[in-house]
Formats: sequence, structure tokens, C-alpha cells
Amino acid sequence: MIKFLELESISATINEINIDTDDIIPKQFLKTVHRTGLGKYLFYNRRYDKNNNKRAEFILNKKPWDNAKILIAGSNFGCGSSREHAPWALLDFGIKCIIAPSFADIFYNNSIKNGLLLLTLSNKIVDILSQHSLTQKLLKVSLLNKKVYCQDLCLDFNISNDVRERLINGYDDIELTLKESNLIDSYENKNYNKSSWKLVDRDT
Amino acid sequence: MEYPKTLFDKVWEDHLVAELNSGQKIIYIDRHLVHEVTSPQAFEGLRKKNRKVRRPDLTLGVADHNVPTTLRNLGINSIKDKIARIQVETLEKNLEYFKIDYIPLTSLNQGIVHIIGPELGFTLPGTTVVCGDSHTSTHGAFGALAFGIGTSEVEHVLATQTLLQYKPKNMKIEINGEIGKNITSKDIILKIISQIGTSAGTGHVIEFMGSTVNKMSIEERMTICNMSIEAGAKAGMVSPDIKTFEYLKHKKYSPKNKQWDKALDKWTKLYTDKNAYFDKSYNLNVSDLKPMVTWGTSPEDGICINEVIPDPLSVRDKEKQKAIKKSLEYMGLLPGKKMLDVPIQKVFIGSCTNGRIEDLRVASSVIKGKKVAKNLQAIVVPGSGVVKKMAEDEGLQEIFIDAGFEWRAPGCSMCLGMNPDQLEDGERCASTSNRNFEGRQGRGGRTHLVSPATAAASAIAGSFVDVSEGW
Repeated sequence: MIKFLELESISATINEINIDTDDIIPKQFLKTVHRTGLGKYLFYNRRYDKNNNKRAEFILNKKPWDNAKILIAGSNFGCGSSREHAPWALLDFGIKCIIAPSFADIFYNNSIKNGLLLLTLSNKIVDILSQHSLTQKLLKVSLLNKKVYCQDLCLDFNISNDVRERLINGYDDIELTLKESNLIDSYENKNYNKSSWKLVDRDT
Repeated sequence: MEYPKTLFDKVWEDHLVAELNSGQKIIYIDRHLVHEVTSPQAFEGLRKKNRKVRRPDLTLGVADHNVPTTLRNLGINSIKDKIARIQVETLEKNLEYFKIDYIPLTSLNQGIVHIIGPELGFTLPGTTVVCGDSHTSTHGAFGALAFGIGTSEVEHVLATQTLLQYKPKNMKIEINGEIGKNITSKDIILKIISQIGTSAGTGHVIEFMGSTVNKMSIEERMTICNMSIEAGAKAGMVSPDIKTFEYLKHKKYSPKNKQWDKALDKWTKLYTDKNAYFDKSYNLNVSDLKPMVTWGTSPEDGICINEVIPDPLSVRDKEKQKAIKKSLEYMGLLPGKKMLDVPIQKVFIGSCTNGRIEDLRVASSVIKGKKVAKNLQAIVVPGSGVVKKMAEDEGLQEIFIDAGFEWRAPGCSMCLGMNPDQLEDGERCASTSNRNFEGRQGRGGRTHLVSPATAAASAIAGSFVDVSEGW
């Protein structure tokens, strides 16, 4: 997994609540068997009209925001479908950090697993940041210091220690869990003996 | 004395493998369902790192999202879309390589992953069930802790049979009262979501309880648990009871003989203790509940079918106001207008929310002897081959076909339109599915979430009707 330490970039705002993962990456792009190349389909129905022409008015089609690495959005971002294609598309497009008042659970997990940093900040601060994004000035996010720097403002954010460590070090969760294999073995020995009701009965 | 526990606490504690220094837990996964859309990258990840599937015996695969609902006898050859076909072929190859059981497209047991899990007795009370699909919450109707995961977590479960998790909080939803004629559990869950919103459940596991839930069939419970995710919840659960046990007895993969007795001994202890603590609670009395319909592009945009479409100006919250305006514009609706007058062009009966036998029974009872409105396309997609056969044996298929419905083969179908079943631009659909997001059923398509009874009656009328009056 890619490591996340600090990021400095202009930010783009989509000032809407309940942005769902169908919106982030529509279903027709879920047929792929790869993780890569989804960036061009990010927010497809917002970025392209029905004749596949770019919609100039959409923020991620406008210069300089088409190069933003930070996205600011409304609450409950990423709700709906569990498709991990959503964070894959965001990352492939170049978005490395999203700031919103809240995120949906599955989207949060999916993003962290891929090194996409999600920051939960209050409505008031998200409002300030979304105003700031219009100025085209840089925003700096430091995961090392747990701070967002916005002009002369220095904002703290909360993030669980292990999510932070995982992102900073780019840990592979499966690797970490496999180190505890002996504990999984002993759980199975206790709960999955030969006569356990939990076994899938394939005999009959 | 131990502190009183919720149903969720009990199942959670039963699956703790270890606690990491950070407070994160390793929890054991008893059942893993795999489908074609969210698994290829996970299997690819295993191959790259030369990892094995730890417990193929606790894993089961089926294709459902991509599959066409016509010409099923052709099996994989029925998939004309090349890319979709590659995805299903990839699933088949991966499952064979990693020695995981697969239910082929032509099997009677094929169907939507959340319908076949319970149907086969793969889903059991007190187990943890995961799948790379958000509607995995459905299986909570059996007192399982069941939740949707992303592809990285699918890979994690394949490799380790565990997941890294923080413990979610407890939320209680108590439902009481007697529901009226042609009112279903779909109306109840749409009502709940319209009141608490799509993020009320974030970070929580919901337990549904109360006299109405006790009286519900297993199918009805599956519908409310299914849409827990639309309230933002990690999972939805119902305490198992005699109905649950009867449903599961003699199912293909259910425990048998002595194992069944052992299981029952365990399952009968799966209830929330008196005075157990809930972080959040919500109560609903459903005695006066009318059929529900959504008018907007979020599942929380629900109203009773005889109410009028809300006016954005009546909402104080600016963000919400903007969202309503955008929704109404997309949906082509005006504030103050009645839903009852709104004409529809398509009707979809199916999905993991409402594609079970009871749903088809209630829908067919409403339309028996009547005809679908002119210029309206209505399709019925049974949730599984088993549901389809049961409906055919009961003569429901004939009722649907005589009325002018198309009788299709099982799959997710128009719920998300990954297969050829989609809405055209501007088309309005009464759908028994779970999400009315913009473009969900097809770009420009307008989805109204309703119960199977309302969908069926509206197909006859050609516009939304109150199925609790005169049907």
C-alpha cells in the first residue's frame, strides 16, 4: 500500500450531502477485473453529458481544480454500495485525501485499506475549507502532526492511532493478521472441531 | 455477575480471536459469500502474494450481479456483454483454482447471493456472515452478524478467515402495532429510514425488536435487515426464534442430527438480555402506517403514498434544502404534487430486498385477473431458482404472465442495472429494490422505491396507487 505522510495541494469542493458510491463510480464500470484505470470514469455522470462530452461546469473538469488532490464534500460521503471501485477511481484520478463532516462505514474502511486518507471535521470547518478551495490556494494536510494547515489556520483532526500508523507505514493488513496465525489456529481448534454445528454440512 | 448483553454483543464476543494493542479486534468469519463483481481483484491479490484461501469450506460462490435474466438455459453463453462475461468466467476460474464451491448459472440453486445464503442454510444464527456487497445485512434476520465489505476485506477474509474491526455501537429499533392490509415490512423500513435518515445507523448495529417484528415471517425480517444499510448501519439483526429454526431445518447446508441439537442449544440463547444497554433507540408504531413511496434520490426521501411531495422551502437545513431541490429536478417532480397522480413506465419486482416467494405471493394476489396498463413494461425477477420454481409450482407465474408481466430468470437485474435490464433516460419506475440513487437503474432513470404490493398494483393502474384501499 502507498504511504501517506503529508500532502500539499489545492482542494476541490463538491458541496453536497449523501454523495453515494453509485455517483462516484457508476455500475457499468464495475465489470472490470482490475483495480487500475478507473480514474477516467470517476463521477462519470457529472463529468460527462449523455453524449460523452465533458461538462465544463463540473469542478473536477475545471482548471486548476482538475489537479486537486484534496476533495471537500458534505456529510455521509460514500454511502450506499460497498464497491471498492469508488476509492480506486478517486485515487486513480489523483484524489489522495477527502475532508467531510462524516463518511459511510464501508467506504471509510475501503479507502483506508487503499491509502486514501479520510478526515472527519466539523460542518463549520468544512464550510471554511470549502470557501478556501475557491481561492485556489494550497491546503496542507499532515498526518504526521495530525493537522490541516489552511492559510493562517492550523486545525487539529482526530484519527485512530492504528489507521494513522497503517497509512504512514503503508502496512499490509493481511500481512499483519497472518502474523497472528497461531491465534486464529487456536480459535478454530476451539470452535471448529469435527462435530461443530458451524461446519457447512455437505454430506447430505 | 456479568453485565447484560445485547444480541449483537453476544455474537461479537463469540467471534473474538484477538485484540490488538490499538484496540482493534481480529474477529472470526464463519461464512463468506463471493460473487463476480467484487472478488476478481481479491483473488488476483492472493495470487500475487502466493497466498491460499484459508477456509474454502466456509466460502461459497455464485454469479448474480451481471447475469442476464433471459435465455438462462444457455448458461454463461447468455451473457452477450463481453466484459461482463469475462468477469463471470474469472469468478468460475478463481473458484475452481482455490477449490471453492460454485453454484453455476444453470443450477436451480443459483440466485442473488443474499437470497440463496439463507435458502441453502449457509446462513445460520449466531454466525458471522460477510460478502463483498452492502446488502449482506439481509442475513441478520437470522440472528447472524452479517455485513458488507469491500474487495480488500474480501481478500483479507479469503486469506485469514478473519477481519480487523472496531466494535460498532448498539442501536435498538422497536416496532409495535398491527399493520393493515397490503402493508408490508418494506413499508415499515421505508418509513423508518424516512424518519431517522440515511446516516442514523453509521457505526451501529441495529437490532429490530417489538411485537411487529416477532410476528413477522423470516422473509419480512430479511427485508428490514436488508435495508439497514440504507439507514447507514453496519448491520441489522433480529433475535432468532422458533420461526427461524423451522425455516432452517432440513436446508441443504444446515446442521443435521446431533449437530442440529447442539446448534439449537446455542441459538436459543441468542437474545438481548433484560436491561442491556443501547447507545441509540428509536420506536415506531405501525398501526396507522400507509404504503410508502420515495419521491427523491435518497432512500430517506420516503412519504406515505397519499401525501404530497415536500417543498424544499419547508426545510430549514440549507444542505438538505439543496439536496431536495436537486432530487426533484432529477426526478421531474414538483413540490406539493401528489404521488398518486404520477404515471410510471416500468415496474420491477425483484432484488435481494423483495425477490422472495412471499413477495411474489403478495404481488400476484394484488394483480390476479387484472391487466398491466398500456405501454407499461413490468418485469418479475425471482430472487433465486428455488423461488422461481416454487412460484411456478404455486401457479404464480401464470398469474403474472396472464396480467402481462414478463417472467424472468434470477439475478440482481434492474436493482442496479449491471445486466441488460435498465431504465431508459427519463423513464419512471416503481421498483421493489433498495436504492433510488441518480442513475442507479440506468442513466436518467427515475426510481421510486415501493413494496411488492404497491409495485404490482401500480403496474395495473399505470400510476402510483394506494394498495391499502380497495385492492
